[in-house]
Amino acid sequence: MKYLHIRNAHLIDPARSLDSLSDVYIAEGKLVAIGHKPPEGTIERTIEAGEQWLVPGFIDLSAYLNEPGYTQKGTIARDTQAAAEAGFTHICAQPHTRPIADSSAVIQLILDKSSVAGFARVLPLGALTQGLAGEQLSNMVSLRNAGCVALSNARFPIKDSYVLRRLMEYAATYNIRLFITPNDPALACDGVMHEGPISTRLGLAGIPETAETVALAQTLLLAEQTGARLHISQISCARSIDMLTEARNRGLNVTADVSLANLCFTDETVNGYNSRFHVEPPLRSEADRQALLAAVNRGELAICSNHRPHEIAAKKAPFAASEPGMSLYRHFLPLLLQLIQNDELDRNAAIQALTELPARALGLERGLCESHLFNATLINPSALPSEEQPDDLSSPNTSGQPGMATATFVDGFQVISNH
Amino acid sequence: MHLPDIDATCQALSNQLQTYLETYPHSNPMIIGIRTGGVWVAQHLINTLNLPEPLYSVDISFYRDDFNQKGLNPKVCGSELPESLENRHIILVDDVIMSGRTVRAAINELFDYGRPASITLACLLDVGQRELPIQPDVCGAKLALQPDQLIKLSGPEPMTLNFV
Amino acid sequence: MTSDPCQLQLAPNGQLRHFLTTEGLSKELLEEILHTANSFLDPKGQLIQKVPLLRGKNVVNLFFENSTRTRSTFELAATRLSADILNLDIQRSATSKGETLMDTLWNLEAMHADMFVVRHADSGAAHFIAEQVTPNVAIINAGDGRHSHPTQAMLDMLTIQRHKGQIEGQVVAIVGDILHSRVARSQIHALKALGAAEVRVVGPATLLPKDIEALGAKAYYDFSLALRDCDVVIMLRLQKERMQNALLPSESEFFKLYGLTAEKLALAKPDAIVMHPGPINRGVEIESAVADGPQSVILKQVGYGIAVRMAVMAMAMSGQQTTQAGPEAP
Repeated sequence: MKYLHIRNAHLIDPARSLDSLSDVYIAEGKLVAIGHKPPEGTIERTIEAGEQWLVPGFIDLSAYLNEPGYTQKGTIARDTQAAAEAGFTHICAQPHTRPIADSSAVIQLILDKSSVAGFARVLPLGALTQGLAGEQLSNMVSLRNAGCVALSNARFPIKDSYVLRRLMEYAATYNIRLFITPNDPALACDGVMHEGPISTRLGLAGIPETAETVALAQTLLLAEQTGARLHISQISCARSIDMLTEARNRGLNVTADVSLANLCFTDETVNGYNSRFHVEPPLRSEADRQALLAAVNRGELAICSNHRPHEIAAKKAPFAASEPGMSLYRHFLPLLLQLIQNDELDRNAAIQALTELPARALGLERGLCESHLFNATLINPSALPSEEQPDDLSSPNTSGQPGMATATFVDGFQVISNH
Repeated sequence: MHLPDIDATCQALSNQLQTYLETYPHSNPMIIGIRTGGVWVAQHLINTLNLPEPLYSVDISFYRDDFNQKGLNPKVCGSELPESLENRHIILVDDVIMSGRTVRAAINELFDYGRPASITLACLLDVGQRELPIQPDVCGAKLALQPDQLIKLSGPEPMTLNFV
Repeated sequence: MTSDPCQLQLAPNGQLRHFLTTEGLSKELLEEILHTANSFLDPKGQLIQKVPLLRGKNVVNLFFENSTRTRSTFELAATRLSADILNLDIQRSATSKGETLMDTLWNLEAMHADMFVVRHADSGAAHFIAEQVTPNVAIINAGDGRHSHPTQAMLDMLTIQRHKGQIEGQVVAIVGDILHSRVARSQIHALKALGAAEVRVVGPATLLPKDIEALGAKAYYDFSLALRDCDVVIMLRLQKERMQNALLPSESEFFKLYGLTAEKLALAKPDAIVMHPGPINRGVEIESAVADGPQSVILKQVGYGIAVRMAVMAMAMSGQQTTQAGPEAP
C-alpha cells in the first residue's frame, strides 16, 4: 500500500461531526484512515495542509456547461477545471445545450468530454421534455440509462398542468428524479429582473414573486398527487421556503437548492443597468436574501453555483438585451467565504449545503468516510487567487477576496494541485 | 495707476457722440447696447442725449468665438431687438473694448436681423490689446493696462469701474 | 456597465455633458436648463431666430424606434443652432439584420459625430451608449424603453413655468398609462426636484406600477379625487395595445373613468392648465372641448420642445467642450 498523506488538515464534515485538526491517509483512491497511519504500507507523498480546510468535495446541483453547441460561452474542459478549483468534484450539467440533451447520444458526448478533461465529473441532467419544448415526454428511461442522474426542465416552460402531471407520473413509474425550476411564464411575461421599486425606477419589466410561487404551488401539489421524486431548482423567494416547509410537513419528500448569487446579491446590484447581475432566477429583495440564508443555516436548502458564463457580446448590451447568467466558478469560494466571514452563513451549514444536501437530492454518498472513494477538497480560506483574470463581463467583482482550493480529489484522483 | 472717473468719462462719451451725430446726421439712429455693461452705458447715452428710440440690447452668448474653449454661458439673457434691422443706422455701445471679439460677435448677430445701413461703435473705455481690426468711432477714454490686469464695469446705478 | 446614469451625464465640474435622465439632477441644474431654453424664446413664447452657436458641430439622430415627431423636433433644434444634422434610420438598416448595438456603435465611430440623439426600445440604452461611445461624444436621450424621456419632461417643466410662474408649490396630476411611460417617470423626478408640492399619478392598478410611490408620487385610482386642488393636469397618451394585453377593457370605459372632460376639469383649480405630450387621442384621454379649450396649453408645448432641445444640446455640447479643454483658459 502506498499512501498519499495529508498532514495537519482541518477536517470539517458536519454530517459526521468532524471538526478537528488531523492527518488523513489515502490509498487506491479511497480514504483509508483518519488520524494515524495504518501499520501496513508506506507514505508515497505528503501534502502539508497547514490547517487548511479539508472538506468533502462539493456537489453542484446546477451549472451550464455549454457543450455541445455554445462553446463560445464555455467548454466542459474549461469549466470542469474551474469547478474543481472552486472545490466541486461533481457537477450536474443542465440540458440546455445545442442540440438539447434529450438523447443518449448527446449524454454520451458530454460524459466523454468530461472524462477526457479529467477534472470535476459531470453528472448530466437530461431534458425533461423533447427539445425542452415542454410538450412531449422525453425518453426518460433511456436518458437515465445513458447516465443522467435526473431530468430537468432548465427553466423552460411546461405547456400546461396536464403535461406536468403526466411527466411526473411517467417519471415516478421508474423512480426517475426530476429537477424542476419553478417559473410561470405568463406571470414572468417579459420580465428581466425582480419586480419591485428598482425595476419601476429603471423602467425594466419585472418578474413578480408570484411567477415563482404560483408555479411552485402547482409543482408541489402535482408531486404529491403523482409521487414523483422532486427536487426544486434555484428558488429565489422567501415565500417559496415557507411553501416547501409546508409541503414537507405534509409528508412530501422534496429537496431544493438556491444559487449562491441569490445568497450574496439583491436587486440593488442592477442599478446602473449592470448586466453582470442579469440572472435567472432574478436577484430579489434583501428580505428574500435573508430568508434564503436562514433556510440554508437551518439545513433546509442546498447551495448550487448555477454557473452560466457568456461571451462578452452577450453581456455588452442594454440590460434587457443581454443574456441572463453569471460566471461564478472563479468567484465561488471568495463569495462563499465572505458570507461565512460576515456571519451571514454558518460555516458548517454552508458545507452541508454543498455536500450532504446535494448528495441526498441525488441519492449519493458524500463524506470524509473511511473506505469510501476519496472525494474531497483542500481549501485555503486566506489565499488570494494569483492571476487577475481579464474581465469577461459576466462575473461579479471579487478582487481582493480570498479563498481557493489548493487540492481537489475526484473519485480518488487528485485533479487540482495549487500549492 | 488709477482708474478714470466714470461720470466724467460718460460725459465725455456723450459729448463725442453728440458731435459725431451732428457731423454725420443719420436718419432715425437706434442705440443697441451689448450686454451687460454696454446696456448701462447705452441707457446713460439715451438719457443724456434725449434720443427718441427705446433702448435695445444684444446678448452675444450664442455668437461668441470661444465655445470650444469655454462652452456656453449659463447666464445667457437673450437679446431685445426689433424684428428687422434692415436699413437702420445703429449706434452699437459697449462698456470696455479690448480684443475686439465681443464687438465682432455683436456685429455678426446684428447682421442676422437684416442689413443695417450703418453701424457706429461707441465705447466707454478703450484698453487696447486688440486681436481684431476693430476700432470705436467714439470713445470716452483710453486706458493702458498692465499685462495681467483686467477691469470690469459694475452697475447699473451707480456705475463703478474696478480691477478684476 | 456599472456607472450610475445620473452621475455619468455630469462632467467633473458639474456641467451637463450628456442628457440621459432627469433623475438625480439638482434643482439648480434643472433651472439652468429652463433658463437656457427661455433664452431661445421671445417674450411671446416664439422661437428666436437661428443662432450660430453649434456651427461646425455634427449631430446624428440615432432612432432605433420610429418617431417622426420627436426626431423632427430634434432636427429643428439642431438646425436652429446651426449644427449639421444627419438622420440615421437604424431600425431599417443594420439591427434588423441582427447586428448588435455594439457593432452599430463601432460602425458609427468613423462619422466623427459630436452628438448622438438616441431613441431605443431598451431601458438603459442611452446610458449604455454613453458608456461605450468614444469620449467627447454627447448623448441626448430621446427616449429609452420605459425608463426616461428627459427632454419631454423638461419641456413640460418649461410649460408649467411659463404658464404658472414656477413649478414650486404646484399640485400636478399625471394621468393614464404610467406603467409603460418613460415620460411619466422623467416628469416625476423633475417635478420633485423642482419643488412641486404634490405629484399624483392616476389610473387603474393595471397601469400604475408597483412601488411608484417609492419615486415620490402618490397613487390615485379615483380621478375626481385626484383633480381636487390640482394646478396642472398632464394627460398621457393611451396606446391601442393596452386594450389587447389584458390591461384595460375598452377605450370607452377608460374615457368614462379617466378621460378629461370639461366637467372633470372643473373639479381642479379654476386656473389649472391642461397638458399632453401628444399626439392626443380625442375621446380616449381627453375630449376635444378641453384639448382645444382655454385651459389647454397643448399646442404651446411643441414650440417649447424645440427650445428645450436646443438648450440641452447646447449645454451638453458645452459640457463636452469644456471637459476636453481642461482647466479654464484666460
